[in-house]
Amino acid sequence: MSGLVFDSIEKKFGDFTAVHETSLTIPNGKFVCLLGPSGCGKTTLLRMIAGLEDPTHGRILLEGNDVTRIPTHQRDFGMVFQNLALFPHLTVGENIAYPLRIRGGSKADCFKAVKRLLELVQLPDMADRPVAKLSGGQRQRVAIARALALEPKLFLLDEPLSALDAKLRESMQIELKQLQQKLGITTIVVTHDQREAMTMADLVVVMSQGKVHQVAPPVEIYRKPKDAFVADFIGMTNLITGRVNGADQIAVAGGVLLADDVPASGDVTISVRPENIRLAKDDGANSAGILTGTVSYIRDLGASIEFYLDVSGQQITAITTPSDRPDVTAGDRVSVSFPREACVVLGDA
Amino acid sequence: MKLKPQKFADYATIAFPAGMLTVFFVIPFGIMIAVSFFQRVQGAFYEPAFVFENYARFLTGFFGGILGFSIGLAALVAVVSVVLAFPFTYILTRMSRQAQVVWLVFLLSVLSLSEVLIGFGWSTLLSRTAGITNLLVSLGIMDKPMSLSPGFGAVMTGMVYQTFPYTVLVLYPALSRLDPSLVEAARTLGSGPVRSFANVVVPALRNSIVSTLIMVFVFALGCYLLPQLLGKPSHWTLSVLITDQAIYQSNMPFAAAMAVFLVLVSLSLVAISLLYGKKEHAA
Repeated sequence: MSGLVFDSIEKKFGDFTAVHETSLTIPNGKFVCLLGPSGCGKTTLLRMIAGLEDPTHGRILLEGNDVTRIPTHQRDFGMVFQNLALFPHLTVGENIAYPLRIRGGSKADCFKAVKRLLELVQLPDMADRPVAKLSGGQRQRVAIARALALEPKLFLLDEPLSALDAKLRESMQIELKQLQQKLGITTIVVTHDQREAMTMADLVVVMSQGKVHQVAPPVEIYRKPKDAFVADFIGMTNLITGRVNGADQIAVAGGVLLADDVPASGDVTISVRPENIRLAKDDGANSAGILTGTVSYIRDLGASIEFYLDVSGQQITAITTPSDRPDVTAGDRVSVSFPREACVVLGDA
Repeated sequence: MKLKPQKFADYATIAFPAGMLTVFFVIPFGIMIAVSFFQRVQGAFYEPAFVFENYARFLTGFFGGILGFSIGLAALVAVVSVVLAFPFTYILTRMSRQAQVVWLVFLLSVLSLSEVLIGFGWSTLLSRTAGITNLLVSLGIMDKPMSLSPGFGAVMTGMVYQTFPYTVLVLYPALSRLDPSLVEAARTLGSGPVRSFANVVVPALRNSIVSTLIMVFVFALGCYLLPQLLGKPSHWTLSVLITDQAIYQSNMPFAAAMAVFLVLVSLSLVAISLLYGKKEHAA
């Protein structure tokens, strides 16, 4: 089995279960984001990979070898901490050379490695600076260089960009992704920011309350969320409840919607992204996949326009671009069409 | 930003402590400085004068020996206390809240013991008839009980026992503020627990360690009962000599001169430790 494998991993702190029994495979060379709200167990999962927490039961395998009980300092995984944890008593160069010095690297080798790593993170000629004199973004890069100094088998990052301002964070996300592609190293990032996950990840692991909800590439997570939590957590969505009414039909308040992969019977929840909903002036025509409603409010954000609709008592949000803007105003009756491929039937959370 | 006092009334809050300090510290210390320049009268007490002969006696070999021993002893006590207390406090700050409270209460209760109790307690524990050597004999480690007091080891034991809780309490805030992820980072970088303690925790708290060493040194420098209770006359410190001169030899001016000297040494060391403490905050 190649890659990193969680085999029925569980972590309890006293009576509290931080991570419920989880089995998961992370293929080699992928950029993986553990995404979820705070307290969902994503950091605990990452700390178990690093060996900073012992799983209550279950195994962690890397390339088929059980690493569950190997002490942290023998795992050779690079890790970037949320607060970066740079050693305040050492200079930039000494921080980066620390893991090499521990292993008895010679002065010349350390010097060469520091130079190479600083160039990699685009901070050349900074080796002699004390870390206290660095800006937030520079500290970030030093922490990354230090974690990569050992050419680790796994690169772990715990909310690495949370301390940076929004603009710097965006550019660091792209830079981090390019760095990972260049090195081809399996990278696991913990984040609560879905934009960050969408930007960087090959594979997103969505978690909440200690459980893994969905593991998929970012676009699939967005287009085909597996359950209501994922649909709601990733981007904006409309959740509509209804009852199965035939092979591809679901009866909802005010009409019938069409969808694929409809179960045989029972109550279901459908997720429809706001940008997939089409609006037109109500022309009285009525068919499956089209409901009628009233515009309650229009929010024009310039780049996009949000329509807040009341469809048979249910609040629905639709988003259009300015060029697609339908000719409607607040209070108008509109026909709201839900394309078949935009209606995703959700499973139980 | 600091608010500067605007009116005279703003100083009222510190009037009482300032008054107490003046009456009970500044004035007596001033008198002591004055006395240190007075002339001793053989067979009587002393008379006002302005002579340097009391300070000149510092240059004698006897005084120099005692001063050297006092400083050496205080330095050794400080080093031993910090070497023992630092790892202890590090482990303490990683314990559960409850365990920490129990330990701190225990240490505070040790701190509340008077020097006299500690001195007599250890002189019993280190005696031949009732001491811990009897325990070692019954365990088969020693052949026959022996007396460990008075002696240099006994003085050291007593003084370290007295300064240890103090050292822990001084180190505790710095160590509990230490970011645990520093050690975790060292571990992910390939450093074992002992190594990461030695080359991350200790150097990261270098300034706290230095200022604690100085504080304990000053504390130990003033110790005067334990060397008498647990040591031979050769282990007596400058504080013992001051008492001896002041009370038994009735040489107040010389005792005062030595006391002034000791206070100046202590004050300058405290000033150095404050400077060190400031630097670490700035970093």
